[in-house]
Formats: sequence, C-alpha cells, structure tokens
Amino acid sequence: MAAMLEARQLTKSFGSVIAADQIDVAVAEHEVVGIIGANGAGKTTFVNMVTGYVKPSAGQIFYEGKEITALAPREVTRIGICRSFQVPQVFMSATVFDNLLISLGVAERDLVRFWRPMRRPHLEAEAERLMRRFQIDAYADQAAMLLPQGVRKMLDIAMAVVHRPRLLLLDEPTSGVSVEEKFGVMDTIMAALREQRVTVLFVEHDMEIVTRYAQRVLAFYEGAIVADGPPEQVMADEQVRRYVTGEALPAAAAGPSGGAQAKPEIGDA
Amino acid sequence: MNRSYQIALRYAAALAVLAAAGFLLPQWAVFLLNLALSKGLVVLGLLVLWRTGLISFGQALYFCIGGYVVGMAGLYLDLHDAFVLLAFGTALSLAVAVLVGFLVARYRQIFFAMLSLAFSMILYGVLVKTEALGSTDGFNVGRPTFLGYAPEGEALAIVSYLFTLAASAAGAFTVWLYLRSTLGHLTTAIRDNEVRVEYLGVSVRGAIHAKVVLAGALAGAGGVLSALAVGHVDPEMAYWTTSGEFVFVTILAGTGNVVAPFLGSALFELLRTYAFQYTPYTWQMVLGGTLLLLILFLPDGIWSLLSRRKAAPSTRREA
Repeated sequence: MAAMLEARQLTKSFGSVIAADQIDVAVAEHEVVGIIGANGAGKTTFVNMVTGYVKPSAGQIFYEGKEITALAPREVTRIGICRSFQVPQVFMSATVFDNLLISLGVAERDLVRFWRPMRRPHLEAEAERLMRRFQIDAYADQAAMLLPQGVRKMLDIAMAVVHRPRLLLLDEPTSGVSVEEKFGVMDTIMAALREQRVTVLFVEHDMEIVTRYAQRVLAFYEGAIVADGPPEQVMADEQVRRYVTGEALPAAAAGPSGGAQAKPEIGDA
Repeated sequence: MNRSYQIALRYAAALAVLAAAGFLLPQWAVFLLNLALSKGLVVLGLLVLWRTGLISFGQALYFCIGGYVVGMAGLYLDLHDAFVLLAFGTALSLAVAVLVGFLVARYRQIFFAMLSLAFSMILYGVLVKTEALGSTDGFNVGRPTFLGYAPEGEALAIVSYLFTLAASAAGAFTVWLYLRSTLGHLTTAIRDNEVRVEYLGVSVRGAIHAKVVLAGALAGAGGVLSALAVGHVDPEMAYWTTSGEFVFVTILAGTGNVVAPFLGSALFELLRTYAFQYTPYTWQMVLGGTLLLLILFLPDGIWSLLSRRKAAPSTRREA
C-alpha cells in the first residue's frame, strides 16, 4: 500500500542536541499509529516537523507523494493534516461553542463566507453535533479558560477535526486526564475519528492506551526509531523494554551493564 | 418584535436624535460633536486592533494623510467636494496602510506600537520640513461642497455635521458587520491563541494586516472629516500626542461596542473643552487624572457601565 505520510532521513538538531536523528518512516492510510518514548526522545519534535511547527535541519517529509517539508502550519492544515497539542491550544476567552464556531467558519475557506455572520444555522448545527460527538455539550456556554483539563483536551481535538483531516496527529491526548477517565476519553476520540476514517498518529506515555488503541507502534529513543511494529511485538522488544518502558531486564539479557541503564518509568514523567 | 429588530430600531432612533441635534444645538456644540464623530472613526479602527491585542500609537499617520488630502486637493487640484475628498482620503490612507501593514503585521506588543508610532513621526518630520506641504503652518481648507451644493455659515456647519454623522454611521455599521463575521471573530481569536489560528489554516500575519488596513482606512476617513470640520490642517495631526489622544479615547470608551468610540470621543472633547476653560494652565493634569481614575475603576471603559446594566445570562444562540 502506498504511504500516506513518509519521512526520509528526517533530522532536527537544536544546537548540539539532536532531537530527531535520520528518521525513516512511512504511514499508510487509515493506520492508527502510537508513538512512544521517554521524555526528550523526539516524539513531539517529530509531530512538530510533520505539522510545520519546526523546520527539519535535514531530510524530507512527503504527504501523498508530495513534499511538504517547507510548508507552514496553515498550509499543512489546508492539505488535510491537522493536530492537537500536549497543552491544548484553544481560544481561552471564548466559550466551547464559539471555539467550534470560529473553527468551523474558518474551515469553510471562502473569502466571501468569511464576511458572513459567524452565527449561521448550519455552522451552529455542526458545532452542536461536534460537541455531542466529543461529549462536551454540557460545557457549551463555558469559557475555555474555566474548563477541566480533560474537556479542554477534547475541545482541542474537536477543533482539529473541523477541517475533516485525512491525517491527524494527537500529542498526548490523555495527559492531564485522570486514570479513571482516560479510556473513556480515548474511546470517545477514537469513535469520532473512526467515523471520519482518519489516519491517526498519537503520542502517548500510557502503554495501556497504546496497546489498546494503536495498530502499530513507533518507539523513539534519543531521536531515532528503535522499534516499529504491532504493539505486542514492540512492547516485547528488548530495546523498548530497556529504554522506553523501563522494565528491568534479566542481568544476562541486559548485557554487561545490566538493568542499570533502564530509564525511569515513563508514566512517571 | 425580535431582539435584532429592537436593536436596529434603537440605533435608528439614536441616529435621528443626533441628526436633529445638528439643528437644535448651538453652533459650538455642533462643531464639538462633528469633531468627536470624526475622531470617533479613528478610535473605531483602534477598537478593531485593540480586540486583536494590538495597540497602535501611530493612527495619527492615517489621520494626517486624510487631513492633508483635503488641504492639498483643494489647493493644488481645486477639489472641494466632500464626497470625493472622503473617498480620496480614505483610499490613500488605505493604500499607505497596506504598505505599512507589510512591516508592522510581523510585530506584536510594544514593537507593534512603537513601529506604528515611528511611521507617523516620519510623516510629521517630512511635513514640518517641507515648504510645499505647508511646513509647520499647514494649510487652510477651502469651503467644501456637497455634490454641487455649497452651503455657507451656519448651514455649512449643519451640513458638514450631518455628512460626518452619515459617514460615521456607515463606518460603525461596516465594523459591526465585520466584527460579527467569521473574519471579525478572528480578532479575539488571534489575541487568545495565534498558534491555533495558524492551525486552523489562517495566516495570522495576513489577518492582522487586514485589520491594520481597516484601521488605517477608518483613521484616514476621520482625518478627512476632521479637516472639513476644522477648516485647517497642520503637522500636529501626525504628531505622537494625537495618536496618544486616540489611545486615551479608546481606554475611556472601551471596546465593547462599535458605538463606544463615538461616545468616548464626545466625552473626551467635552472633558478637554471644560478642563481647558476652567483650568487653562493645568488642563493636561485633569486629563491625566481622569485616565488614572478610569484605569483604576473602569478598566473596560465607560461602555462597560452600559453593558453591565443590561447584562443578561448569555446563551450560545445569542448574536
């Protein structure tokens, strides 16, 4: 199957720190890919490069066969790649409903319609539908600054899907969400995205979430992908167990330095 | 009767009262209102920028361009028709704002404010040093005509006022339409979160550029109307204190409604007139003290008094 997204030798350095080190990866259409790795492993840098937030130092990014390496965030959005953020990026002084209305109005991408009133019946109906889909309709009239973190996350993702993206990148969709709520949150998100048949890449620290929702996992370590495959295969990978999940390995398997190199449990980060 | 219709009726009634005031009030008061409405248009442009989180200390640039179009078109082109002058002055200010916008739209906060100030001070310097542009004395403006009608004396004051009132109402209506549109709602959205706006597929710089142009055009129109009302233009129109005055009125008025700039402007003109009359040597202190009290007790301007009074629980369906 032809790759929807492809990164070739993607590299990003910040001074002497190499955040992404010659990443080669391809993602097929309709895949749901989990991205794991300890803090500083390069997960968010990868997402930021794909979505135009930071420019790679070297390498190329292709989307549906076309190079998008140099595109600005707005151009990336316009071609069908959208994203949510680790820290939700919403309009804090506006209500949940207005956040969605603004997003929907802008998504029409029509200069004439831009001049029409923002409150139009079909946009309001779509905003209502999105709120119900993401289960945030109870907060419709609340300013985003007053929302609980989980709801704000949902709003952030709902705003990202108004453009009906073909590829969606979610940066830690369940961070800041309580343990009891995280599966509910993910169920809601994935159900909404399945409806739109979106290809999804999500960064996640929670291995239970990754195992349950991802069809494929990319494990990052020091800017490089150290494992790539189905969740159970990646989770069993020695390097992943040592550097990503931080599981102690038997002394023999761990090599001369044993488990001393194991990183802290990433869920604690 | 639905709410929108009631509001429209209320504004139409206010316009009718203001128009009648032109015939009923003494000439000095009509002149004051004329000036307040002209400058209110400049403040209306500032309101758009303010809602975006931008403060311009350089609106005097466009105000002065509008004014000088009136002075120079009369002197060199023998153009005196108020409609033509308004169109010409607004268009020229808009064109300059397009050029200035390419630079200032890249900046935010104090850098945006200071860059806009710099442009107005450059114009001030050019005007003061150029004999052909009237130097420090500026120009007297000839008596305007209105589509061939050439009123004189008191009739001129009334017609000029009505012309300004109509232009101000048109400006306010345009900005109202703009603010309720998707494009207009991007003002507060940009102030809140530029990153999200970019990820909605919109160029933040482009959107800010558009707002700079709109504000520039309104300030140019204000300059034309002010020059027609006063009958004289001089480089002070571009001086930084003039820009400061517009910022003062924006704080005084608040940015809650398109009517607020005109209300604030009228209050400011009254305050300055009376402060100057009763404390001719310390009138600036009165203005300064007023500003201080406003910031302390009415940080959202006088419009917040009215909006508080009629505040009702909001629902998502409200326009």
